[in-house]
Amino acid sequence: MNAARGIETSGLASWGRTLRAPQLAFAPSWRDELPATLRAAVAARPGHGVLAMGLRRSYGDSGLNPGGAVLLTPALDRAISFDPTTRLLRAEAGLSLAAILAWMVPQGFFLPVTPGTRHVTLGGAVANDVHGKNHHGAGTFGRWVRAMGLLRSDGGEHVLRAGDPLFAATIGGLGLTGLITWVELELLPIASSVMEVEDEVFEDLDGFFRIAEASAGWDYTVAWVDCLAKGAALGRGIFSRGRHATTGGLKAVEPPRLLRMPMDAPGFALNRLSIGAFNALYLAMGRRRSGRLRQVPYLPFFYPLDGIADWNRLYGKRGFFQYQSVVPPAAQREATRAMLTAIAEAGEGSFLAVLKTFGALPSPGLLSFPMEGTTLALDFANRGAPTLALLARLDAILREAGGRLYPAKDGRMPAAMFQAGYPAWEGFREHMDPHFSSAFWRRVSQP
Amino acid sequence: MTRRVLILGGTSGIAVATARLYAAEGAVIGLVGRDAARLAEVAADLTARGATAVPVFTLDLASEAEPAARLAEMRDAMGGLDDVLLAYGLMVPQAEDERDPATARRTLDVNFTSAALWALAAAALIEAQGRGSLIVIGSVAGDRGRRKNFVYGAAKAGIAALMEGIAHRFGRPGAPPGIRAVLVKPGPTRTAMTAGMDRTGGGWAEPEEVARIIRRAADTNRRWGGPIVYAPGRWRLIMLIIRHLPARIFNRLDI
Repeated sequence: MNAARGIETSGLASWGRTLRAPQLAFAPSWRDELPATLRAAVAARPGHGVLAMGLRRSYGDSGLNPGGAVLLTPALDRAISFDPTTRLLRAEAGLSLAAILAWMVPQGFFLPVTPGTRHVTLGGAVANDVHGKNHHGAGTFGRWVRAMGLLRSDGGEHVLRAGDPLFAATIGGLGLTGLITWVELELLPIASSVMEVEDEVFEDLDGFFRIAEASAGWDYTVAWVDCLAKGAALGRGIFSRGRHATTGGLKAVEPPRLLRMPMDAPGFALNRLSIGAFNALYLAMGRRRSGRLRQVPYLPFFYPLDGIADWNRLYGKRGFFQYQSVVPPAAQREATRAMLTAIAEAGEGSFLAVLKTFGALPSPGLLSFPMEGTTLALDFANRGAPTLALLARLDAILREAGGRLYPAKDGRMPAAMFQAGYPAWEGFREHMDPHFSSAFWRRVSQP
Repeated sequence: MTRRVLILGGTSGIAVATARLYAAEGAVIGLVGRDAARLAEVAADLTARGATAVPVFTLDLASEAEPAARLAEMRDAMGGLDDVLLAYGLMVPQAEDERDPATARRTLDVNFTSAALWALAAAALIEAQGRGSLIVIGSVAGDRGRRKNFVYGAAKAGIAALMEGIAHRFGRPGAPPGIRAVLVKPGPTRTAMTAGMDRTGGGWAEPEEVARIIRRAADTNRRWGGPIVYAPGRWRLIMLIIRHLPARIFNRLDI
């Protein structure tokens, strides 16, 4: 009831669940409480800083502030204004993309860019400059942000727009430039909530690049890759492309949650055999419908995993790492091949392996992850040293290729890896709020 | 036909979630509370979400001496009234109620005395016009006094008995068929009222889940449930068990 009084909790983990740490949590509900709450949070943990925390879908430690304070934002979920003619929605930063969809889809509007889960807040989408399957045509989320409010620990309230250096620092700025209080976003008009989707199996990595090039005219593209396939089959998978249909009506129907991971899966549940069996089955399914145009509701197309609540528990008590990289065009084929080879040889990885080409549209943030090239995202159950050793091998390939890792997914990259991938990081520092911090930042900003 | 709902306590988390359901239907939503600035923020949210109009009435519900007169004025300003939702409440840590009689009095006044007077006035208005629903938010804390929360719980138990009585009156033979009185008892819900508690464990509901149950309870078109509705419904069984636990077992429970 008292936003100015935090509670000590160790219950706030990130999506990957590898790190559990005590944090002092403040839960403001109103914009007018924010200045006092922020002051209290800064004062409560001197030297440890503050970090905003939304729906905790970041995988590693970029959304955590162990030993410090966190400001929980999901109660700040009010719309401030919406104008259907300009399609501009201004809302508090804790509003979730799921809530926006449930509200806006029936009225014929969609998110301009959406990540693979809709359970993220507006503030989180900005702070990580998220991307989606339409990156090649729409760029990142930040490109659609027209304005935002930022509260700094010195009490200053800024209204940021493109062109302002603090705007570029805050987009993709991992919540370190201050507290994002509201966001104004341009929505996308749609005529139907149905998606037209076509899947096509590719038998190797070259096949992927061939289809990706031929699919530039589709709004949404993404591929699933069989990360255990080796040799001639290396990089085989299913390419999926889609666009908004023009008929079929506007429905926001929330499907009932059919599945929930009731507990942590035992450590042995995910192994080479079970993943291999799943991948073979999934590929066979893909072959059956390959090349056939289907109509599917937007929810399973964009958010297949949102249908299983707490799916992160699949990886057991020790949690998991996600590794999402991007490699620039010049090196994308070799580097992707080298990474997939290393993963297949190690027999690690899981069935959640995603491959996509990013387009040339520049990302607006100083620390935005997306750049032109190929992105590969994989989950790895946390098996300790062997897992970390494999990820270090992937790091080496990535650095060599001039690529970088996605901070929102990361819980372990070495400081040198971050600093090499994000040369703007030093310039970013001068825009940081001196009282904001995160476990990720303390790690990657080390000399 | 445009539905018209008056929400007493328009900034409460459960009230806002319920109001959004009404907004999506294009309802006229009257918001009543003390904090004009926050009410205006809620009104902007509801307007963006499709409410036809969101008049705001700034007054201190807990100390209002003339609820019936205020209610009639607000009804007139809204062009009529279908539903009244009483959603305001106050919860302080139990120890503060036990230490300071003025705090305990405030807990009882806000959650019982004033709420009872508004409920009586709303019941009279609804019965006089022969249609409408009165929905009051109670709490599972009123089902059995627990050492952690029994002053608040006592007030909520009182309002439950009062609402049962109003529902009994509304249901008597010969009463208008389109009137309805329901007490909704939420379990622990993630709202501002509980923001000071550790809410990371199980058993917590989101306000949206509670709101859907409230919205359904307000529909007089179909007879849904009795005068007491639990939100979520599983609390009916849980509280049935807790109410019937023998004292020697109950006393050992740190709940």
